[in-house]
Amino acid sequence: MKHLPLSFIVGGILTLTFTLVAILSFIWTPYDVEAINIAGKFAMPGLDHLMGTDHFGRDIFSMVMVGTRNAIAVSLVAVGIGMILGVPLGLWAAGSRMNGGSLIDEILMRGNDLVFAFPSLLMAIMITAVFGPGAINAIIAIGIFNIPVFARMTRGGALSIWTRDYIMAARVAGKGNMRISYEHILPNILNILIVQATIQFSIAIIAEASLSYVGLGTQPPNPSLGRMLNEAQTMIFFAPWLAYFPGGVIVAMVLGLNLMGDGLRDMLDPKLKKRKASDVTA
Amino acid sequence: MKITGLLLLFYLTSKTTALAVILNVGLQLEPPNLDPTSGAAAAIDEVVYGNIFEGLVRINKDGDVLPGLALFWEISTDGRSYVFHLAEGVKFHDGSNFDAEDVKFSFNRARAENSTNAKKYIFAPIVLIDILDPLTIMITLDHARPDFLFNIGLGDAVIVAPESASDNAFNPVGTGPFRFKKWVRGDRVELVKNDDYWGLEPRLEGAVFKFIPDPLSAYTAMMAGDIDTFPNYPAPENLFLFDRDARFDVVVGLTAGETILAINNKKTPFDNILVRKAIAHAINRKEIINGAMFGNAEPIGTHFAPSHPDYVDLTGLYPFDLGKARALMKEAGYENGFEATLKLPPPTYARRTGELISVELGRIGIKLKIENMEWAQWIDQVLRNRNFDLTVVSHVEPMDINIYANPNYYFGYDNADFQEIIAKIDESTDAAETSRLYKEAERKIAEDAVNGYLYQLGKFGVWKKEVKGMWTNYPIRSNDLRDVYIEGAN
Repeated sequence: MKHLPLSFIVGGILTLTFTLVAILSFIWTPYDVEAINIAGKFAMPGLDHLMGTDHFGRDIFSMVMVGTRNAIAVSLVAVGIGMILGVPLGLWAAGSRMNGGSLIDEILMRGNDLVFAFPSLLMAIMITAVFGPGAINAIIAIGIFNIPVFARMTRGGALSIWTRDYIMAARVAGKGNMRISYEHILPNILNILIVQATIQFSIAIIAEASLSYVGLGTQPPNPSLGRMLNEAQTMIFFAPWLAYFPGGVIVAMVLGLNLMGDGLRDMLDPKLKKRKASDVTA
Repeated sequence: MKITGLLLLFYLTSKTTALAVILNVGLQLEPPNLDPTSGAAAAIDEVVYGNIFEGLVRINKDGDVLPGLALFWEISTDGRSYVFHLAEGVKFHDGSNFDAEDVKFSFNRARAENSTNAKKYIFAPIVLIDILDPLTIMITLDHARPDFLFNIGLGDAVIVAPESASDNAFNPVGTGPFRFKKWVRGDRVELVKNDDYWGLEPRLEGAVFKFIPDPLSAYTAMMAGDIDTFPNYPAPENLFLFDRDARFDVVVGLTAGETILAINNKKTPFDNILVRKAIAHAINRKEIINGAMFGNAEPIGTHFAPSHPDYVDLTGLYPFDLGKARALMKEAGYENGFEATLKLPPPTYARRTGELISVELGRIGIKLKIENMEWAQWIDQVLRNRNFDLTVVSHVEPMDINIYANPNYYFGYDNADFQEIIAKIDESTDAAETSRLYKEAERKIAEDAVNGYLYQLGKFGVWKKEVKGMWTNYPIRSNDLRDVYIEGAN
């Protein structure tokens, strides 16, 4: 652990910054995000308004802060849903397969495939079309898409652990399926789950921005990075900062999370570590 | 330098002369069908009115009633019967002849029990339709109706042929200067010049109506020269960019669209006039017009077009005054405000105005939850089922103050006094009396603060400098191309 991978450091700093900004936005933003000031619209970025103002004279820096918070909140809960439902499903499927219940495994995984077969954005549009647009429904939509990702990842990891000798020892000791899954399997696949969660988090941020961009995510007047981009479209020719800042934040946030995920994998995946070492000796 | 200049000049002139006489017209909304006698969508008239279909009379760019298929007419002294003298030698696009039978057919079809006409009220006063000879028809009304002539000039009253009427939705056959060529769904409708047109020959060889829902695409299509004219450009924020570009003319006019914050008058707490007055006082029209329309709109204080001679400026009746608004809220028993939803249809004006409204009403404690929806949802929930608190919408029909006399209309205003005023207007034959009554009606709905009256929607015309003859205003929704030509093209 002496040498943290560079990607982890850079990604971690980016992610930490945005997280802090998001937390800060709960207690302080330079301006009220909903306060309009038509006379001060399209102010260039400057000392008064760090990122300028939009077509209603709202402070973009404040909006980006709250938009970041909303994006993180939506993604956090959505990935949470995916993990909370997906991981037990994956453990259950793997446990069943290893204990003679391959039918359960088949049913679970084919069900997974069914959900997975729908493009995530399409499914999100479907859900918001039925239940109405809004942050909650966006969370549900993105969350559902995350379930099969984690279920699969968990099942794959769990199956390889199930063949280990110490699992056999646990079985001989009389531990049940569930207990083995939680006491021995889960801790051993936690590292790949964490890496996957980081990646899924960045995908969720993009999904939230996309949904908001088409008007199905966070609803006005609550700021959202995706909707800011949408609204900036026709104004990009004379007020480009309206698009640069929310767009830049999305890019930086996703980049940060991906770098961090890469870094984490380098650190946590023992196979990769071995390969790196062999690279060095070669 | 000189050579470059010459080259540029050559380039410019060659470009001008190379303009085809097919006009590319940009429209934001694609019509659901092309039959103006069965659909309410303004997008239908924007393509077909005056181009494919014509009525007995024609409404021109100034909102005046001009002769159409009826060259002239006589009105009896009691104002009840009209004798229309029809144009001779008129043929429908399918080659069939036009005569008084077609007029009778069209009007009977529109007023029939099972008619799907969106404005059946136009035909309701008709008592008798008599064909005097193949080119003369007499229409008798229950009593004098001063607005009858204007009404039969609307797209809902165009003349169709019995042979083709049922197919007009997708293969429109009319008598107009252009005939329907093809409709590529989701993309364009093509019209070609009608060589057998009975009236003045149009100057264009044809027209292509291209549907571009996305404002950004509209901008790039204009800038790239793919579109010759955008009669109603969707993004007012970009007008100044066209204005400073020497290739384009920007002509800002008015539509007949009163943009209102429609209030569900039947639902608590909005059934309380104090709440509605508080809302009226909380509305800052200047802020809305500058913010949502970039200054390109005219404030209104009632449901009437400011361009109309009978318009009364009532914007000062309930001026923007937060103190008064809060006091009214307190009087109504909502000192701490309340929560409500604001359902917004898709046009940008509605979305932006709605967002500003939610901030403005938030100042007096009315916390609005915005729900953005598609037109289909909006029509179903708001217009049909009246399942809404507030909405922002533009009423694009001309002279439609009479909608307030219908207690079952979506905003649910049920007032006997007002209904009486409208009934009197319907019967009035005296122009001065009619004008007085209209003013009374305008004042009545403004005083009752039925809806929040915001602004008259502007018409943002953007077209290439060479395009001449486009309408400045939208007295009715129409892009009549009969007088349009491209300078230097023919």
